[in-house]
Amino acid sequence: MALNANQASTNPIDDVVLTSVFLAFGILLSLYVAANAADPQMEIHALMFAAAFAFGALFLARHVMEEPKAEPGGYAMGVVRAGVFASVFWGLAGFLVGVVIAAQLAFPNLLYFPDAAWTSFGRLRPLHTSAVIFAFGGNVLIATSFYVVQRTCRARLFGGIAPWFVFWGYNLFIVIAATGYLMGVTQSKEYAEPEWYADLWLTIVWVVYLLVFLGTVLKRKEPHIYVANWFYLSFIVTIAMLHIVNNLAVPVSWTGSKSYSLFSGVQDALTQWWYAHNAVGFFLTTGFLAIMYYFIPKRAERPVYSYRLSIVHFWSLIFIYIWAGPHHLHYTSLPEWAQTLGMTFSVMLWMPSWGGMINGLMTLSGAWDKLRTDPVLRMMVVSVAFYGMSTFEGPLMSVRAVNSLSHYTDWTIGHVHSGALGWVGYISFGALYCLVPWLWNRKQLYSNALVEWHFWISTIGIVLYITSMWVSGIMQGLMWRAYNEFGFLQYSFVETVEAMHPYYIIRMIGGSLFLVGAIIMAYNLYRTARGDIRANEQVPLAPVPAAAS
Amino acid sequence: MFDRHQFLEKNGLILTVAILVTVAIGGLVEIAPLFYLESTIEKVKGVRPYTPLELAGRNIYVREGCYVCHSQQIRPLRDEVERYGHYSLAAESMYDHPFQWGSKRTGPDLARVGGKYSDDWHREHLIDPQSLVPESVMPPYAFLQETALDLSNMSAALRANRIVGVPYTEDMIENAVSDARAQVDPFSDDYDALLERYPGAIIREFDGDATALTEMDALIAYLQVLGTMVDFDAYEPEQNYR
Repeated sequence: MALNANQASTNPIDDVVLTSVFLAFGILLSLYVAANAADPQMEIHALMFAAAFAFGALFLARHVMEEPKAEPGGYAMGVVRAGVFASVFWGLAGFLVGVVIAAQLAFPNLLYFPDAAWTSFGRLRPLHTSAVIFAFGGNVLIATSFYVVQRTCRARLFGGIAPWFVFWGYNLFIVIAATGYLMGVTQSKEYAEPEWYADLWLTIVWVVYLLVFLGTVLKRKEPHIYVANWFYLSFIVTIAMLHIVNNLAVPVSWTGSKSYSLFSGVQDALTQWWYAHNAVGFFLTTGFLAIMYYFIPKRAERPVYSYRLSIVHFWSLIFIYIWAGPHHLHYTSLPEWAQTLGMTFSVMLWMPSWGGMINGLMTLSGAWDKLRTDPVLRMMVVSVAFYGMSTFEGPLMSVRAVNSLSHYTDWTIGHVHSGALGWVGYISFGALYCLVPWLWNRKQLYSNALVEWHFWISTIGIVLYITSMWVSGIMQGLMWRAYNEFGFLQYSFVETVEAMHPYYIIRMIGGSLFLVGAIIMAYNLYRTARGDIRANEQVPLAPVPAAAS
Repeated sequence: MFDRHQFLEKNGLILTVAILVTVAIGGLVEIAPLFYLESTIEKVKGVRPYTPLELAGRNIYVREGCYVCHSQQIRPLRDEVERYGHYSLAAESMYDHPFQWGSKRTGPDLARVGGKYSDDWHREHLIDPQSLVPESVMPPYAFLQETALDLSNMSAALRANRIVGVPYTEDMIENAVSDARAQVDPFSDDYDALLERYPGAIIREFDGDATALTEMDALIAYLQVLGTMVDFDAYEPEQNYR
């Protein structure tokens, strides 16, 4: 790698100057837009942008004045610590909103307010999905990718202050998106609801993220790029492609919040589900598979089961996943050839998914006994098991005949949550439990017993959640198509809504248990970062934090 | 083969390009043809761009996240066609930027809700859904009745729609505000001009209150036009088999 030597020597002044100019321009532009805003929502958002840029300037000034702290190994770990904090914060917020909207469907009369538009289910549901996927999941991915890429490349993060720009910029996007939903600013594309200006901002942040990550990879001191980094790279590159294409839109005014999608009807529908299914495929799958490929071997102290399998896994997964979107549009006005392609590739996708699951699980070979003693490792292994379960269920539901029953029902919601709570949630919790002792130089977690409590309470929560949604979804699907002996539809629509009531209560309880588990985790991580160890939980022979791989 | 993979593992830029090429293929093959295959959108009579009032109502539908619980896409399955009406055609959403097909039916499909209920029913139901349907889990939208419809961006909204392909004429854009007002006033002077620009538009006092043009007017106007545009007497499914 001839490039390495030169790229490593980033002049710290350049990035500071560049950032200052950027922030100054940002403040001026935001104030101009705020003064000329076409609608009150844009005015509020422009002022928020201006405040954020001013905060950025203060942060930058502090950064310049402060003596750089010497980090062990010369790594940039401050931004990873910030990412861990943000992950826990947004996780709690996102799970809480989830419980609230589950309660709204269970007890609509108690939790709706006729004159407070922002409390309605329609505005809070995108807040929940974005908070858990992009705020919680996104911060976990940024934090772990910044950690993993440094350790596996044995190189400090590229770009000087740029990683901090990625962190703050991304979280600004989250705040703009979340406040926008509450004010009714949305383009109504699921998981891509933020309006055009938030999308433009995320594009800038994402390109810098790619440059930081790729720059670090290019200046690595290891000859090979470790497998986890392939997955992170494909996550970053593909999300950029999906985000840009799906959000193409024409704003009504350059100082207004509303825009109209470039595409319409059937083309828009397929573009959207190509995006949304691959938000699952590349945000919630390949990104978190990268976590699996680093943290499970590290925690189990075993090498990845098969190098060849990881190559096959990687390329087949990313090639096939991108085709699967049309299975969200079975029996719709989308031409049938596109539906059939989507279904075929969705079924094929089962194989690489399970190949990856096997690679993760078999990494435990020779270390299975650790599942008895290490609840963190157990959490990650159960996570991979949930991954296997939901990637079996997914291809099943993508078959047109099954989909005719499952589509539009809670079965889909249950499926998503077995992946989101079980797979994404648990692999993230596992990574956070690993990272906090490593980052704050603690010998052990505050309490393994609390990890056990977290694990069992939230596992019961997940089981309640997904089983109630299976039952309600399949029941509703069957009730919609039920005929009586005279050949008429047996149930009115609202009778099927009424039948959901008990399952919505069970779902709410399941979600609450998952939230309780996360609160226990937050407490445990906080005490760990402080350096506390719970009474009687001192590990006699403290395990040394593993060295760089 | 696995040895050759080492080349990619040692060249970050080439790995990045290889990833981009790999993930681009599926989308190109599936999505790009939809833009040029003529069979993608059926040939129908009657589908017109939304009137300014309907478009404003649609913006409210989007703003409140109605698509989260209501689909607008009837599948060609016996029970759906009997429950909701003729299955949805691609042509019916060809002016929908973005589409509102939805993905979940916490409430019923709305693709053909137009004309099924009275304006009064919609108003009462939006103000307090449980007063008409006690088992409903829908949130109340009473504030729509009290919120004046903001028409300040109406012409710009039509213009933006024209840029993305909706055939709004200069005449329609110029008269957007007066057309929006005329659609709730059956005695206005603009009655004929509105109908000429938007054939078949429903002109009446949607929210029952003639003193103000509210968001309730707009949303009901939108709901009442849903699924009613296509002339199914002139539609021949065999010619549009795909």
